Amino acid sequence: MATGTIKAKIPSPIGESKPRIDAQIKATGAATYADDIQFGVGLLHARIKRSPHPYARIKSIDVTKAKSLPGVKVVVTGEDFPGYIGLYLRDRHIFCRDYVRYVGDPVAGVAAVSEEVAEKAVELIDVEYEILEPVLDPEFGTSSNAPLIHPNLADYEVASFIFPKPGTNISNHFKIRKGDVESTWGKCAAIVERRYRVPHIQHVPIEPHVAIAKLEDDGKLTLWGSSQSPFAQRNLIAQCLGFSQSDIRVIAPYVGGGFGSKAGVSMESLAVVIALKVKGRPVKLLLTREEEFYTTFVRQGLVAYFKMGCDQNGKLLAMENTFYWDGGAYTEYGVNMTRAAGYSSSGPYEVPNVKTDSYCVYTNHPVTGPMRGFGMPELHAGLEQCIDELAREKGIDPVEFRRINCLKTGSILVTGNQMHPTGLPQCLEKVAEAIAWEKKAPPSAPNRRRGKGIAMMWKAPAMPPNAGSSAWVELTEDGRVNVGVGGQDLGQGAFTVSAQMAAAALGVPFEWVRVATPVDTRYSPYEWQTVASRLTWSMGNAIVNAASDARRQILDLVAEAWEENAENLDIINGVVVSYLSEREIPLKNMVIYGLPKPNDQGWMGGPIVGRGNFMPKYVTGLDSETGQGARAVVHYTTGVQAVEVEVDLDTGKVYVIRGVAAFDVGKAINPEMVKAQMEGGFVQGLSSALFESLQLKGGVVQNPSFVDYRIATSADVPSEIQTIIVEVPQDDGPWGARGIGEHAMVPTIPAIANAIYDAVGIRLEGPPFTSEKVFLGMLDAGVVK
Amino acid sequence: MAFHKINLKINGVLEQVDVASNMTLLGMIREKLALTGTKNGCSAGECGACTVLMNGEPVNSCMVLAVECEGADIVTIEGLAHDGQLDPVQRAIIDSGGVQCGFCTPGILISARALLDRTPQPSDLEISEALVGNLCRCTGYLRIVDSIREASRM
Repeated sequence: MATGTIKAKIPSPIGESKPRIDAQIKATGAATYADDIQFGVGLLHARIKRSPHPYARIKSIDVTKAKSLPGVKVVVTGEDFPGYIGLYLRDRHIFCRDYVRYVGDPVAGVAAVSEEVAEKAVELIDVEYEILEPVLDPEFGTSSNAPLIHPNLADYEVASFIFPKPGTNISNHFKIRKGDVESTWGKCAAIVERRYRVPHIQHVPIEPHVAIAKLEDDGKLTLWGSSQSPFAQRNLIAQCLGFSQSDIRVIAPYVGGGFGSKAGVSMESLAVVIALKVKGRPVKLLLTREEEFYTTFVRQGLVAYFKMGCDQNGKLLAMENTFYWDGGAYTEYGVNMTRAAGYSSSGPYEVPNVKTDSYCVYTNHPVTGPMRGFGMPELHAGLEQCIDELAREKGIDPVEFRRINCLKTGSILVTGNQMHPTGLPQCLEKVAEAIAWEKKAPPSAPNRRRGKGIAMMWKAPAMPPNAGSSAWVELTEDGRVNVGVGGQDLGQGAFTVSAQMAAAALGVPFEWVRVATPVDTRYSPYEWQTVASRLTWSMGNAIVNAASDARRQILDLVAEAWEENAENLDIINGVVVSYLSEREIPLKNMVIYGLPKPNDQGWMGGPIVGRGNFMPKYVTGLDSETGQGARAVVHYTTGVQAVEVEVDLDTGKVYVIRGVAAFDVGKAINPEMVKAQMEGGFVQGLSSALFESLQLKGGVVQNPSFVDYRIATSADVPSEIQTIIVEVPQDDGPWGARGIGEHAMVPTIPAIANAIYDAVGIRLEGPPFTSEKVFLGMLDAGVVK
Repeated sequence: MAFHKINLKINGVLEQVDVASNMTLLGMIREKLALTGTKNGCSAGECGACTVLMNGEPVNSCMVLAVECEGADIVTIEGLAHDGQLDPVQRAIIDSGGVQCGFCTPGILISARALLDRTPQPSDLEISEALVGNLCRCTGYLRIVDSIREASRM
């Protein structure tokens, strides 16, 4: 803030539940999504020839028949594009050149005058394969008996904090060696050892991936797409194809759901390289729902081993965790989830002795990538069940056990540094109270059993240490405000929150602020990616800095004109006021035309443009052998969920009757939108707990449709999800804010699993807790006959 | 491929459209009439994003052939508001925070309008049952159900 007078209080509209600025155009059908853009009759349609084998060597590709089909404009293979692409580990070609590594791997692309012609041409492409033995299990993948999926792993470019093991299928090995686990087991009063398995799932945005690429006549490239990451796409595609980043323009209209699947680069590069061969013609690639299920990104599978022990009083003494992440065919993005899970492997607990090995393993499964929670839902799924079991083993109530061990401000973290101020203990108390933890209600029917479960979580934004944001703020002749941002609104409300923060930092009504969209890398300021729940915090800081810059320019101008000190001026509701002289002047006009000097002696000022950026500068590296360092991440958002379930003894069906969630968001810029994230995340978590699994058989996805891969519908959700906002400010967040988007689904699987245990006394190896699995589990345990 | 000239009413306006035999109602709405508010989420009648009213009934427009629409009365999301006045279901979903990414929103609003036309005062159970064919991945449905209950009282 430029003035000291309002520094202490939270300015309007921060903390107010303003309506979404994009709600009306979305509710009237007027909002433009990438597939809605009209390209006219010049548009070509692309389809992709994909591998039917999980692992094979390409012996030959014959495209002659496809090329001669009328209406086909171009057929592209990997032959012309030798480069590698990837975010943290450049391990994939855009089109396969030598090997195919999963069912769906792109082998050739066609652009034609219609989708039908393109589809027909794809069928005419003949590919001869030498079939190889696939790797279908991550744990087996680490053994010396496993076939090697990336023999030239040693040659791939890799980020400095990722540690591949060439000569194996391990593309990252992250280690924690804190204290001495081995000598501690003997001191433990209780020890629990468990194994859990979490299947691959898919993000399932309702809008399928779509990208339209065009090589302009001047040799520059334009890409329109449903994208969380226009700037990262510009950068990665430029690196791979040898373009200047400045010659690639990415335009990203509204996104119909992303959840991580539209981050980084996945299918966009296919449209781009096809378009390179048909200069001047836009080429559209719109994925089918089937392709959506296994050819973009899927969530990593996980096989996790936990061993944890506590002392006589329930204090955690040691943890030993081994994670085998099923990274799929390419792990260019996935390697960093393995790292995130490693430096978060203690869960939100203070544990003096920790040994963790987190392995990212290549398999011949679909390509894994970021999904809401970035490894944390999978990690917490087992960890939070294990904590429950250890508590019960020691005879301590699970809430009390968490109370004893949960991270508090100043706790020593698994990476050796200290926890920043956190509201995790408050979240725990509030959730336990809201779910009436101590009380047990009777089931609603004689053939049902009722139970409660609770789980905690923590998650940091997982990103390079120096992921940056920038913003600009311009004013118009009538004093209204345009805010330029490069982050994307995926539905989480980023644009609305951007407008709120700009309004507050500048001193104008919320309704005066427009957000300059769609994001267009030619005009919008740089933003690393819309991932990691980082926008409110990181982009928010950039917006505040840009608005403060504009504000300073305005106040300096008025101070000069009024011959006053800018310290005594303020902007309130779009009017500059002086606390000293009590003079007033509205922003309109002067923010463009400046102000006249006295006696017609010329002018001062000029069009106001504020600029701001933000980049964390304090994140350090971690020791590659111990995982210890001064500061592993920017911050952790923490939270707790509890559920009440009923299990039907006749069918095994699990009914989630009620949910409670509390998260420490630092400061809720827009409380209702924070709560909406908590609700939506809870239901996505519920869906992954009860229904979702990408069923793979020999590397082939068996259920790539909404009929066979069920997600939660309106009939599956509890009638009540109580959401509680806890606010312990983040020292470098705008008004103390930190992120909430992903966190909302992190603890849901274990909360439901713990409730199922409470109800019927069974534990399953992993989600989904389908009726069939629960019933068979009850049968095995003798709960039912 | 044979082509057909069909006459139908879209959002109250008579239209004559040339369509191929295999073109869907969804394809005709989006590609021939440039009404892109109706969304394509799966092309298989599973997600509900393409829901429109056909003679007052909600249908997955990806599962209806355009040639079946001769003489039909179609209402898309663009036809819900009248004379600049939002339909109550639109007003309510905006006010209740039931919109996030917005991709399922048009289909949900059409299903909601069909429900309220049929059952002006639905129970919560009737509301969630009316929405089971409309998948939403963002909101968790609660605010959408709230908004339809709210709209039924307007």
